[in-house]
Amino acid sequence: MPATIEVRGLVKRYGPVTAVDEIDFTVDQGEFFGFLGPNGAGKTTTINVLCTLTQPTTGSVRVAGYDVLRESHFVRQRIGIIFQDPSLDTQLTAWENLALHARVYGIPSTSWRPRAEELLRMVELWERRHSLVRTFSGGMKRRLEIVRSLLHAPEILFLDEPTLGLDPQTRGQIWAYLTELRRQTGVTLFLTTHYLEEAEQCDRIAIIDHGRIIALDAPERLKARVARDIILLSTEDNTRAVQELKELFGLGPMIVDGTVRIEVERGDELIPQLARQLTVPIHSVSLRRPSLDDVFLALTGRQIRDEEASDLDLMREQVRARH
Amino acid sequence: MATVEVAERLQPPSPVTRALIGIFTLWQRDLLRYWRDRTRIAGGLAQPLLFLMIFGAGLSPWMGTLGGAPVGPDYLQFLYPGIIGMSVLFSSIFSAVSVVWDREFGFLKELLVAPIPRWAIVVGKALGGSTTSMLQGLLLLLLAPFIGVRLQVGTILLLIPLLFLLAFSLSSIGLVIAARMRSTEGFGLVMNFLVTPLLFLSGALYPLNNLPTWLTVLTRIDPVTYGIDAIRRVVLSSAGVPQPVIDQLGVTLFGYPLNPLLDAAIVLALGLFLIVLAARQFARPD
Repeated sequence: MPATIEVRGLVKRYGPVTAVDEIDFTVDQGEFFGFLGPNGAGKTTTINVLCTLTQPTTGSVRVAGYDVLRESHFVRQRIGIIFQDPSLDTQLTAWENLALHARVYGIPSTSWRPRAEELLRMVELWERRHSLVRTFSGGMKRRLEIVRSLLHAPEILFLDEPTLGLDPQTRGQIWAYLTELRRQTGVTLFLTTHYLEEAEQCDRIAIIDHGRIIALDAPERLKARVARDIILLSTEDNTRAVQELKELFGLGPMIVDGTVRIEVERGDELIPQLARQLTVPIHSVSLRRPSLDDVFLALTGRQIRDEEASDLDLMREQVRARH
Repeated sequence: MATVEVAERLQPPSPVTRALIGIFTLWQRDLLRYWRDRTRIAGGLAQPLLFLMIFGAGLSPWMGTLGGAPVGPDYLQFLYPGIIGMSVLFSSIFSAVSVVWDREFGFLKELLVAPIPRWAIVVGKALGGSTTSMLQGLLLLLLAPFIGVRLQVGTILLLIPLLFLLAFSLSSIGLVIAARMRSTEGFGLVMNFLVTPLLFLSGALYPLNNLPTWLTVLTRIDPVTYGIDAIRRVVLSSAGVPQPVIDQLGVTLFGYPLNPLLDAAIVLALGLFLIVLAARQFARPD
C-alpha cells in the first residue's frame, strides 16, 4: 500500500512553545491510523498542519500526494475533517449544511444529493434532514458532521477527538457508523484520541507526548512490548506487599492508584503462588492483559487517564451544552 | 444497508471559479440566515423606530424648520435619513460580529479548510452583510409617508446602491476588526467604542456645519458621515426641499458642498481599501 500521508521532520512552534517537536511518520492508504496522547501533547496541532489549517514551522508534509503548503487546495479537496468541536451552522437545516458544503467543494448536485441521502439514511438522520441543526443533540450533530465530511468522497478522513463529550452509548454508535463506512469506502482514517478503547481499534498507533512520537506500532505489538500480563493486587499494606514481592519473587512492582501493579509473563501461574506465600492479607487480585495506558505508563511514567476530564474538556462540554 | 460508492475523484475548479463559488455561497448563507431570523429583522427595526418616534418627535417641536428657510424640513424629516443610515450602521456591524461567532461556534473552521481562498470568505461575508443591511435600511422607507417625506420610484432606485455602498464599507470595518478577534466579548467592547462614536459623529442626529474645528475634523473622518449625507441629499431632494437648503444642511468638505455621487465615491473608496485590509488580515496563516 502506498503512503497517503508523509510527515518528515515536522516542527511547529508558537513563539517560545514547541507544540510539535520533530516528528516523522507515514500513513498508508486505507489504513486506520491513531494518534494517542494526553491533552496538550500536540495531537490537534499535528492534525491542523495535516489539514492545511496551520503552517508547519519546519519539515515537509504531504497529504494525499500533495504538499500542504504549496498545494493546499488540492489537499483540501481530498480530505474530510471532523473537528474536536462541532463546526455546523446551527441556524441552518441539516440539508442546508450539506448543500453549502457540496457547493464550496464544487460537487454537482446530481452527484452529492444521492450520496447525501445514502449517508443520511445510514446514520439515521434522513427523517430529520429539514430540521434546524440547533435542535440536534450532540450525537446527532456528530453524525451529521460525518455525513458532511464524506460528501466529497475524501481519500482521508481526519477525526480529531470525534467522540469527546459524548456519552458512551453515542460513542459506540458513532464508531459503529465509522467502521461500516470504512468497510464500504476504504477511506483512510486518521484519528486523534485520548480514549484508549478507541485507539485499540487502530491498525497502527503513534503515541505522542510533549510534541514527540514516543512509540509507533500496531496496538498488539505495543502492548506486547510492555508485558504479557498485568496483576493488580489490593492488600492490607501495599508497601509491605511491594517489599515481599521484591524479596520473595524478585519482581519490580509499582503502586499505582492505591493498588500494587505487577507486570509478569504468566500471571495465571503467579497468582496461586502469591496467595500462598504473601504474608500481607490480600483483599483482591485481578489479572488483565496490558492496555495502551500501560504502554503509555511504561514509556512516560504517567497515565493518560490522569488527564481525562481536564478543565479544558469540562469547559468545552459546557460550551457545547449551550448550543 | 446500501453501499456508499466512492464518487469519482473531483478535480478542484479553477482558482477564480472557486473564489466566486465561495463568495456566492457565503452571501447566500447570510441571506438565508437573515430571512430565517425574524426576531433580528424586528429588533433591527425597533431601535430606529424608537429614535424616530420618541427622540425625533420629542425634539422636533423645539427645532422648527431647519436650514433657515420656511420651506426647510422639520427635525423629524432631517433625522429620518440619518436614522436609515444608523440602521445600516448597526446592522452592518452586527453582520461582521457573526464572523467572530462563526469562529467561536466552529463553523468558520469548516470554511477555512474548504477548497476556497480565504479572501473569498471575507468578500462573501461582506457582501452578505451589505445586502442584509441594505434590506434593513430599505425597510425603513416604509415609514416615509408618516414622516411627511414623499418618495419617488427613482429615489428608491437611487437609495439602493447608496445604502449598499455604505453597508459594504461598514461591514468591511467590522471585518477588519473581527479578523483577528478570538472571542465575542472583546468584540462588544470595540463595538461600543466604535459604533457609538461613528453614529454621533456621522451627522445622523445633527447638521455638521458651524461646529467647533475639532468636531468638524472628527466628523469628516467618520465614513458614515458621507453615507448619510448622500442618503439625506437624495431623500430631502425627493421631498421637495430646495437645493440651497439641502446644501446648508449637508456636509461640506474643505468648504465645498458635497453631492451624492462624490459621497458615494468616498464611501466606495474606503470600502474597497478596508475589504482588502480585512482579506489580508484573514489570509494571514496561523
